Amino acid sequence: MTSVDKMVAWARRSSIWPVTFGLACCAIEMMAMSASRYDIARFGAEVFRGSPRQSDLMIVAGRLSRKMAPVLRRIYDQMPEPKYVISMGACASVGGVFDNYAIVQGVDQVVPVDVFVPGCPPRPESLIYGIVQLQKKIDKQKAFA
Amino acid sequence: MDSHAIIDVLSRAVPAAGLQAVQSADGMPTMYVAAEQLVETCRALRDTPELRFAFLADLLPVDYLPREPRYEIVYLLASLGMSGYGTTAKRLRVKVRVPSGASVASVSSIWPAANWSEREAYDLFGLHFDGHPDMRRILMPDDWEGHPLRKDYPVQIKTPVKVYAPLQVSQEQFVASIEATRERARKD
Repeated sequence: MTSVDKMVAWARRSSIWPVTFGLACCAIEMMAMSASRYDIARFGAEVFRGSPRQSDLMIVAGRLSRKMAPVLRRIYDQMPEPKYVISMGACASVGGVFDNYAIVQGVDQVVPVDVFVPGCPPRPESLIYGIVQLQKKIDKQKAFA
Repeated sequence: MDSHAIIDVLSRAVPAAGLQAVQSADGMPTMYVAAEQLVETCRALRDTPELRFAFLADLLPVDYLPREPRYEIVYLLASLGMSGYGTTAKRLRVKVRVPSGASVASVSSIWPAANWSEREAYDLFGLHFDGHPDMRRILMPDDWEGHPLRKDYPVQIKTPVKVYAPLQVSQEQFVASIEATRERARKD
C-alpha cells in the first residue's frame, strides 16, 4: 500500500456517516450508541444522515420484511461508493426468531454485508465493536487499484 | 343490557336478522347474525336509539378449518353511553358465518373504521367484502400470493426475496424530461 492509499483509508474510516435505517428494536440500541452515553463520535461516525446520498454506511437495525426489501435495496443503490453495510442483530443477520414467510432470512440476500453484529439486540458496545471492525477493514482497502 | 335484551330491540327493527344469542366465556353479550341481513342489522345497531353502537372497535376473521362454514367474522362493538350515543355504556360481539368461497357484505358504509379492517381481512384471510370502496391488500406486498393467516397456508414457505427492477431511463426520455422542465420554467 502506498502512502496515498493509507491517507485515503484513514480519511474514509475516520468519518463514517451512517444512513438512518432503524427497522425495529435494534434501532433503539443504535440510537443509544450515537447518543451521549456511548458516544460513537469518539470513532468519527456520529453524523447520522437522512439521505442515502450523503452517507457511506448502512446499519440495518432490525428485522427486514419482504415488503421492505426493495426499499432497502433502493436506498443502498442510492448511496455513493465506497459504501458499507453492517447487519445489526439476529433478525437482520439470519431472521432471528421470525422464521416465517414475511421476514427476509438474512439481509445478505438483498445487500452485500461487511460486518455482522450478533445479539438480540446487541448492546451499544457490541455495535461500536462492529464499527471498529469495519474501520479495520477499511484500513486494509486500497483506494487506487 | 344482556344479549337477549339487545336481540329484543334489534328484532323489532330487523325482523329477518336471524339473531341467535350464544353463551360467551367472558360474559360479553354475543350473537350470530345471518350474513344476508348483515348490513341492515348493523345499521339498526348503530341507529336504534336504545342501542347506538356507534363505535366499531375491531373486526376480525377466524378460520375454523376443516369446519364448514369455514370462517367467522367477529365485530366488536361499543356503545359509549354519552349524550346522543346510547343510554348506557355497553359492549356487543356480533358474529357472522362465512362459508369458504363466499363473500360477505361490507359494513364500511356504516362504520368507516371497517374500511382498513376489511382490507386486512381480505389480505390475510382472502375474504371478499361486497361494496367495499377499495378492496386491496393492506399489509402484504401487492404481488403476494396466498393469504398468510389461513390455517392451510404454508407458514415457513421459502421463496426468493424480491427486490425491485432498477429504474432505467432511455436517453430520449431523459432529454425530453429536461426540455419539459425548461419549457415550464420559461412559462413561469
